[in-house]
Amino acid sequence: MALDDADSDLIESELGREPTRAEAALFENLWSEHCAYRSSRHLLTAFDDDAEQVVVGPGDDAAVVAVPTTHGDELESANHGDESESANHGDESESKDSGDESESKDSGDESESEAFDDEADSAETYLTFGIESHNHPSYVDPFDGAATGVGGIVRDTMSMGAYPIALLDALYFGDFERDHSRYLFEGVVEGISHYGNSIGVPTVGGSVAFHDDYEGNPLVNVACVGLTDADRLVTADAKAVGNRLVLVGNATGRDGLGGAAFASEDIDEDAETEDRPAVQVGDPYAEKRLIECNERLLAEDLVVAARDLGAAGLGGAASEMVAKGGLGARIDLDAVHCREPNMTPVEILLSESQERMCYEVTPENVARVRELAARFDLGCSVVGEVTDGDFVCVTESSSGEEATAVVDVDASFLGDGAPRNELAAVEPTRPERDLPTVELATAYEAVLSSPNTASKEWVYRQYDHEVGVRTATGPGDDAAVLALREADCGLALSAGAEPNWTDAAPYEGARAVAVENAANLAAKGARPLAAVDCLNGGNPEDPTTYGGFEAVVEGLADGCAELDVPVVGGNVSLYNDSESGPIPPTPTLAMLGTRPDADAVPSTITGDGYLVLVGDRAVDAPETPRLGGSEYLAQFGGSDQFPTLPASPAATLEAVRSLVDEPFVTAAHDVSHGGLAVTLSEMVTPDAGLTAGVTGDASRAALLFHEQPGRVVIETTAPAEVAAALPDDVPATQLGRTDSSGVLGLSANGESVTYEAGEIAALRDTLERELE
Amino acid sequence: MTVAVVRFGGSNCDRDAVAALEHLGIDAELVWHADGLPSDPDGVVLPGGFSYGDYLRAGAIAARTPILDDVREAAADGVPVLGVCNGAQVGAESGLVPGAFTTNRSARFQCEHVHLRVERADTPWTAAYEEGDVIEVPIAHAEGRFVVDEARAERLREEDRVLFRYCEADGTVTDAADPNGSRDNVAGVVGDRDTVAVTMPHPERATLPDVGPTDGQGVLRAFA
Repeated sequence: MALDDADSDLIESELGREPTRAEAALFENLWSEHCAYRSSRHLLTAFDDDAEQVVVGPGDDAAVVAVPTTHGDELESANHGDESESANHGDESESKDSGDESESKDSGDESESEAFDDEADSAETYLTFGIESHNHPSYVDPFDGAATGVGGIVRDTMSMGAYPIALLDALYFGDFERDHSRYLFEGVVEGISHYGNSIGVPTVGGSVAFHDDYEGNPLVNVACVGLTDADRLVTADAKAVGNRLVLVGNATGRDGLGGAAFASEDIDEDAETEDRPAVQVGDPYAEKRLIECNERLLAEDLVVAARDLGAAGLGGAASEMVAKGGLGARIDLDAVHCREPNMTPVEILLSESQERMCYEVTPENVARVRELAARFDLGCSVVGEVTDGDFVCVTESSSGEEATAVVDVDASFLGDGAPRNELAAVEPTRPERDLPTVELATAYEAVLSSPNTASKEWVYRQYDHEVGVRTATGPGDDAAVLALREADCGLALSAGAEPNWTDAAPYEGARAVAVENAANLAAKGARPLAAVDCLNGGNPEDPTTYGGFEAVVEGLADGCAELDVPVVGGNVSLYNDSESGPIPPTPTLAMLGTRPDADAVPSTITGDGYLVLVGDRAVDAPETPRLGGSEYLAQFGGSDQFPTLPASPAATLEAVRSLVDEPFVTAAHDVSHGGLAVTLSEMVTPDAGLTAGVTGDASRAALLFHEQPGRVVIETTAPAEVAAALPDDVPATQLGRTDSSGVLGLSANGESVTYEAGEIAALRDTLERELE
Repeated sequence: MTVAVVRFGGSNCDRDAVAALEHLGIDAELVWHADGLPSDPDGVVLPGGFSYGDYLRAGAIAARTPILDDVREAAADGVPVLGVCNGAQVGAESGLVPGAFTTNRSARFQCEHVHLRVERADTPWTAAYEEGDVIEVPIAHAEGRFVVDEARAERLREEDRVLFRYCEADGTVTDAADPNGSRDNVAGVVGDRDTVAVTMPHPERATLPDVGPTDGQGVLRAFA
């Protein structure tokens, strides 16, 4: 990929000369779709990131939100006084004036005490939240591509002054029946497992979906949550002329060259061989040492600003830091510690070698940073200093004696000067209704055992989801729930999208993704605090593809706005297109929320209560159940419109949230993929069964398998109290009773099926059965 | 006078061990391996993780670091020493306990809860239990399969050195209940002295009451 003529002309006229090779390479990568969001920037203004709890909004390595001090029904809870005015900016430097760290920076005290252990530290608890995609690398090299995706988002967390406490992965592959899909799936899971487990960050949730259109282009989206506080918070913007830029971590090598540009074009047929050099190789052992070193640097207050080296390597990180601070830099490329000799200036600037961080450090603290890096066996080089001029990179090796500038450009032009792409869009069409006819038992077994709805235990058993001793509810439930003892509350996390939904109806499907993630939190009694998105699309130059992408962005933005959840950050990945065609537009959303404690109601029943379906607008209710986007149609063919969403999902979910913590509620489970039939099956255990029936003016399949989000099944000892606790406009349907049989009895309009817990488990065991 | 939790590069259950011990009212501190063991520790924990990235073999490099000399010395003096997960691998590699831990039967990493049968209740690590008790504790490892040759296996049995065996919820020791293919379902053993023990399962993950079962507390109470 090279710069196109229009970009070249613009750069030449700005510089007043032809760019050097190094400059051209920097522009090519930093002005790529991946870095500059040229086809999506204007769409992203649809997202609302304005809320009291937002400390740092979009634009930095990760967003930062303040944890509210109460999590109950008091809506005024999130009152953060002077923090609210800094919402959205992320430019505040209040993080730097903390002088009360109990650890002394000059005592030479080498004790391993932790910043968070300081009992005197009463600073407000902040969470960082970021997401990124590693799609193209994971096609070429699934193990390393996925592993380095984890590494990158963890460093984005570290560079905000946070310690990473949780990972979530949303993964999308082609048809599970195909060997190549399985090869990619196994490699990606193994890569995430290897890297995440080694660095001791629990992978607590996420999603896995299979769809034909990911065949030539799987998606690997990784989100990370970090823990910090007002005193530790660090941002990326360089602060002062004369400060040093210090590179800490792995040596720079020739891996991941031009990764940003590679991520910004379609995957070619020969990508597995031709693009391998653009894929980075990770070393989790180095990352773990980098995390610990970062902790010490923060504890000793040595970091003025920080950015991890990701897309476009040192050139990207250093230029972005100074551009954000409205400053410049002089970088000595010869000072960079390299893994191999004779690397060219372009290679040093653009290498995406992993496990490297760039810190702004005051001159007097450089020696201590070096000491700490050495303590953790990490490389360290002072690569330059902050100036008030251009972004300048010099080297001696290219021309012999005299140091010459190979780059001399205005940092903000490099970072923000890329013009927006003007693209044509064709609005998506709505599908007609054309439904198959299938026996209930056949439909039930096919939907329950589909790889999309089946148990994901094969995946998450390979992830260490308990390291950190915070995980109260792990993967396999609606949302993970972690103990956030620092703020004396529980933290709930959900992430995912549903390609069948957005394939059938991009706008409504994306809105539904927002509602679904919020419903996952509500089922665990958590109120959403913030979301980040990873917007994956095909080649935007195709008007139909771009039209679908546009609709997905609008739908997700509207869905989050209706839920009053600020979207505080995200990532866009376009050109997910291969010879097998574009991917379905895939708006992965990761959402976090809080609840009073980590003790959330389980999703499996006790066997002694009544079942109530909350929020279903089609069972015993006015709406026609729509099967558009359902696993049922994915299994048996046909088409339909997407279900009508609740008019005010926020009110429904707020009612669910407060309901599930009532003492008369003994289980709660979100209804989504596979519909009510799958949800009820998942609630059954060998010791607890249920008998449930639905009736309505629709087909049995529509009643049991439609996937309208925003519904929750509740097990309660007091069904009347459940109905009384809900607002009048939130439908509540009595489904039946639970018992100690361990048997599921399910009926719809008179036809019924019966399965024992063991049979359900066997049907849901698809991944394990096929892959072991 | 506290329990030293030894941190190597790549350790990742070190903070968890400190948190669990402190929850039980036991003073604990992190000790960076290169700084050596403090004098007169009340106990030593070799925590879980991936010391040295598990390069070469899990635990092999950490077992050859100078601080292990301090640990062996402390162990010989009767100081309680517990290796958990990667710490168990370090313990086996350094000769603190017999046997070795190698790749799981599944050849994959496994994170799940297992049941353990208490085989001996007369050690500091199991004094809180009765012999035959069944406890629920998490595992999280790719290389936890305990192997030992026949002669040593016989000695382990004779000397009654097995602390825990993987079992069913009702305490039956079966092959199906053995998550990783360990010989004789061994999940934890003691060394030459009862005060030195290793377990692949994580007692520190079954200690804090806000995240699930607390059956692992008894093991850590050996340091109280």
